[in-house]
Amino acid sequence: MEYRIEVENLNVHFDELHILKDVSLKIPKNAVTSLIGPSGCGKSTFIRTLNRMNDMISTFKMEGTVLLDGKDIYDPKIDVVDLRKKVGMVFQKPNPFPKSIFDNVAYGLRVHGVNDKDVLEQKVEESLKSAALWDEVKNILDKSAMGLSGGQQQRLCIARTIAVEPEVILMDEPCSALDPISTTKIEDLIHKLKNDFTIIIVTHNMQQATRVSKHTAFFLHGEIVESGLTEKIFIEPEDKRTEDYITGRFG
Amino acid sequence: MSKWNEEFFIEKGLLLTAISSVIVIALIIIFIFREGLPALQSVGFFSFLFGMEWAPSNGQYGIFPMIIGSLGITALSLLMAVPLGVFCAIFLSEIAPSKMRKILNPTIQTLAGIPSVVYGFFGLVLLVPFMRVQFGGTGFSMFTAAVILTVMILPIIVSVSEDALRSIPLEYKEASLALGATHWQTIKNVIFPAAIPGIITSVILGMGRAIGETLAIIMVAGNVVQIPTSIMDPVRALTSNIAIEMGYATGVHYNALFATGIVLVFMIIVLLVIANYFHYKKKVTIGGGYL
Amino acid sequence: MHRFIPPKIAQKIMTGVFWASGLLTILILLVIIGYVLFKGLPVVNFEFIFADPVNSGRSGGIFPFIMSSIYVTLIAVLVATPLGVGAAVYLSEYAGENRLVKLIRFGAETLSSIPSIVFGLFGLAFFVIYLGLGWSVLAGGLTLALMALPTILSASEVSIESINKSYAEGSLALGATKWQTIYKVVIPAALPGITTGVILGMGRAIAEAAAVLYTVGAALMIPTSIMDAARPLPLHLYILATEGLSMDNAWGTAAVLVIMILIITVVTNTLVDRYRKKMMGR
Repeated sequence: MEYRIEVENLNVHFDELHILKDVSLKIPKNAVTSLIGPSGCGKSTFIRTLNRMNDMISTFKMEGTVLLDGKDIYDPKIDVVDLRKKVGMVFQKPNPFPKSIFDNVAYGLRVHGVNDKDVLEQKVEESLKSAALWDEVKNILDKSAMGLSGGQQQRLCIARTIAVEPEVILMDEPCSALDPISTTKIEDLIHKLKNDFTIIIVTHNMQQATRVSKHTAFFLHGEIVESGLTEKIFIEPEDKRTEDYITGRFG
Repeated sequence: MSKWNEEFFIEKGLLLTAISSVIVIALIIIFIFREGLPALQSVGFFSFLFGMEWAPSNGQYGIFPMIIGSLGITALSLLMAVPLGVFCAIFLSEIAPSKMRKILNPTIQTLAGIPSVVYGFFGLVLLVPFMRVQFGGTGFSMFTAAVILTVMILPIIVSVSEDALRSIPLEYKEASLALGATHWQTIKNVIFPAAIPGIITSVILGMGRAIGETLAIIMVAGNVVQIPTSIMDPVRALTSNIAIEMGYATGVHYNALFATGIVLVFMIIVLLVIANYFHYKKKVTIGGGYL
Repeated sequence: MHRFIPPKIAQKIMTGVFWASGLLTILILLVIIGYVLFKGLPVVNFEFIFADPVNSGRSGGIFPFIMSSIYVTLIAVLVATPLGVGAAVYLSEYAGENRLVKLIRFGAETLSSIPSIVFGLFGLAFFVIYLGLGWSVLAGGLTLALMALPTILSASEVSIESINKSYAEGSLALGATKWQTIYKVVIPAALPGITTGVILGMGRAIAEAAAVLYTVGAALMIPTSIMDAARPLPLHLYILATEGLSMDNAWGTAAVLVIMILIITVVTNTLVDRYRKKMMGR
């Protein structure tokens, strides 16, 4: 099995708070890995470490290695801007820009130097189609993205992320702010996308994890208790804590 | 008195305080008009507004050169203050480390608090001689006034713009960075455009402040009633005229100065209407259109 | 977005530009304050502050003018604060978005933009003449109150609006009335902003000369009642400078004013800092 991301002995501190403790995990290529576990045990911090979004926080300190395709992303020589092109992120609360639908999807492209009108139009259409949103918005591309529903906005954010052709897509509880129907649409979308992208999804919803992901890692208090094939984790967990969480004894 | 009754009276009481500003404006308009209209009637509205000669002893009351004076000084100062102010605001909200902010914020506050006469005095004693040496003439000019005014309107542009920039949700910034944009690209393409309504408000407020400044301008602008042919010419602002001549004005002259006040208030209201229109237009657009 | 300059280089250049703008602003302040203090501090001594002026201000001290400033400002703040904070509370907590509210907001906005000399004209026509207050501390103070009002109102409103709604909701959920919630939760939480607004309004009042030019007269003596004429410090500076009476004393007066403003700024910041820490529970 090929791994896109390899994390070894990752420790993350925010000042004195030790959020991630000695975390090691290998993320398989072109598959969906979900991160499950109770609130506040480091899952979001973990994925934000993978695209260096935690750099924004001044108290952030990390030790350990995070390899993307074999290269350490925290190497000072690494271009963070480039990294974030390769590793995209979809946030918990949909956050489209206060711009038109077209400009939202085109934003990443423009930022990376694509200015040709035809190329932009083609890529925007492709991305919106991949995000299963094209049919709903193809006639209102110049309207503000803020007029879309929550579920549509999230799919727009996914389209926006896909447009820059990342290799990895990080999703931080992408459906938690959405209604069930939108959630289903996005889960279908994830199924579609997994053939072309490596997806890591943080989720509170265990059913969702079983529905969309092939691999799962269970986080508890900043550590990975168990990780492996989703099937195995949910049917024959090795660790008692995993079993307790899955059967709903806590969290 | 039951809780709910008390609530009612409190609400109505607060409503009264809220209305107070409207009442004051109304009073101001009433009284300025009361004293100013007679002049407009006897001189004639258009010859007052567009008259080129201001010579009360001759019965001439034309304020046009002073309108140009006020507008000219204002425009020049905005030209200098807006870029500096907006850049400073961006610096404060996006770039400055907290130690720097702790120095810069009080700096802006202090600049805002310094009395305008101190600025005027500073200009009189230092800037005017400097201008005289550099550019010839008396040193008293539209440009000198504009330089002083730039420093005076800077704080309001910075603070209102900074507020506007800070109010842009963090999510936009995160989304932009997550797509691989640099910080500057994020500022240029997401944060700044989203803050434009607020920034424009700050500019309009700065403009209002500039048009309204009186004593500092008197001390450095030269106070000659003329239409300037270059920015180094001395001019007299509308405000300066009122302050200079009020002390000895009587009769029509007195009324004419109040009428100048009417013109000033009118200009300010026009500015505010423009600001609100702009603001409103942008707001509507954000909801259903394209920013 | 044009690719004439690679983004990474543009990033570096713009960062430099931004730094420059911040540093330039600091430099401007340092130059102005520095020079005023350099020329003015030598003039300022115990005698200067507490003595009376001699020969119309050509020499002597500035004590009456300091007292004038204090009296006038006090009246302005006492009148403007309840009006401003009350209006802010009403606008952010009670008002809907109807036409009256729009009118009130427009009124406040307009008021804050009206030139100080127009306030002076109004003060003259209304307080001095129409209400018969004459050239007095009261007339001047009330005029200044009108100028400080919008500052206090807008700072308070911003502060109140920014209070997290969940504080208010928590209070209401416990059975408190709206006013109790406002009084006990919202206003205390908004206090740093409100206080800043009041101090800014006060600063505006202290610094004003144009508005008081024709409302307080230009007396040389300490006002003994609010109906007496007075001469606040900025007005004294203006008179000294434009009538060329004494450059030295002018620098001294300017220095005193600058020091007052510096003290106000420092006090504001310290208060706000301390209060914020207290609210955060550190």
